[in-house]
Amino acid sequence: MALQSRHLLGLEGVSAEDITLILDTARSFREVLDRPIKKVPPLQGKTIVNLFFESSTRTRISFELAERRLSADVVNFAASGSSVSKGETLKDTARNIEAMRIDMVVIRHASSGAPHFLSRVVKANVINAGDGQHEHPTQALLDMMTLREKYGALKGLRVCIVGDILHSRVARSNIYGLKTMGAEVSVCGPATLIPRHMEELGVRVYHRLEDIIPRVDVLNVLRIQLERQKSGLFPSLREYHRYFGVTKERVEKAPQPITIMHPGPINRDVELSADLADGEHSVILEQVTNGVAIRMAILYLLGTAQSSERS
Amino acid sequence: MNQNRVFDADGLKRTVNRLAHEIVEKNKGVQDLALVGIRSRGEPLANRIADKLQEIEGVRVPVGILDITLYRDDLHGRLDQPELKSTEILFDIKGKTVVLVDDVLFTGRTVRSALNALMDIGRPARIQLLVLVDRGHRELPIKADMVGKNIPTSHNQKVRVLMTEIDGEDGIELVDEPDGKE
Repeated sequence: MALQSRHLLGLEGVSAEDITLILDTARSFREVLDRPIKKVPPLQGKTIVNLFFESSTRTRISFELAERRLSADVVNFAASGSSVSKGETLKDTARNIEAMRIDMVVIRHASSGAPHFLSRVVKANVINAGDGQHEHPTQALLDMMTLREKYGALKGLRVCIVGDILHSRVARSNIYGLKTMGAEVSVCGPATLIPRHMEELGVRVYHRLEDIIPRVDVLNVLRIQLERQKSGLFPSLREYHRYFGVTKERVEKAPQPITIMHPGPINRDVELSADLADGEHSVILEQVTNGVAIRMAILYLLGTAQSSERS
Repeated sequence: MNQNRVFDADGLKRTVNRLAHEIVEKNKGVQDLALVGIRSRGEPLANRIADKLQEIEGVRVPVGILDITLYRDDLHGRLDQPELKSTEILFDIKGKTVVLVDDVLFTGRTVRSALNALMDIGRPARIQLLVLVDRGHRELPIKADMVGKNIPTSHNQKVRVLMTEIDGEDGIELVDEPDGKE
């Protein structure tokens, strides 16, 4: 068994078989993370560069841990204070990296499509760690892994993504992945933050939390980006919290227990109340642990596949 | 493809029983003993030996399963990427006598991988190797401590161990494969 693509650029178009292979492989790596010595040798001799053109703490640390636990050599590159701030283009940066014989590239970039561009100009395997408002496939995979571990399967699971859907790559990747795996996906947020034609993806749209809460198993609450307020897409954080804040009071009206997810970092008591974030139905820290296992699985599957061998 | 049955279910059972007795004899009991089966057929084999040991000594020794995929020396560049399965060793191997259990000993490469994998998990007092079949053709300096049966083979033959838990029946077959690839 091997993945169909030699890159992970997004979850759009990725088959259920490939997603299942990644989730199964990640489950095996979870066991490695529970050992006293959390290191295994499969990527010995491989060099991976983490190209982060956009700041990130959690994702970068998670990737770096995954890489080191697979025994790869790791080089970190942050845009600030680098050649990029001196005006170098992405293509030139990529070419230079290529010249240093790098095997795999993990890229985060503010522009949608940057990883796709990179995959066309370098020979290395490319992994998208978040591109603009497009996709964040490893986040969606770790969300799916967390849900599969909790519920046993994704098929028929009712998941609602709450918040700023318009600007969210996490939402997009989750929608593609969850739909492929047979889950029922809905979104809920202010009309200004939900893209048009959402229904065409097979996703139901809600504008009131009260309407969706009785009908879901899972709420995946997105971070509300404070800078969106300036662009006038919602009036104030207080008002956002009043209408779209996921709170204990709201969730407890539902007869069924609701699992709470959040990709982090949380604005406590804005999009999600603190008591829910720390409550018994929260799987937020589980998501973080699974993130390392998912990234190990992807790096392993891409890094040991036949096509990754240089000629 | 030509098949030759070396052992039927009864023969396999007798051999497993004898191997269990050999473990007890060699280690003067089962104190601080643990069995670790190498996936996939090492797992049912280790479980059967543990059952027999319980019969003989009245003690259940811990049984673990080892997946050696991450330690293979041919992991890169294979067309058929091997499927990664979980290692399940839910006890501390530190200070234990670990009996590593596998169905067939051939080149010794699997055992080399298993030894490295075990050492990354902990520091056992000693490791012993038990195999159901030794078919020869070693490529590494590895030798089994307990052998069910020595079966001389040529390179273009394959030893197939069948276990009910996986294959629906018990037995050992010698299969001729003209292209000689295992």
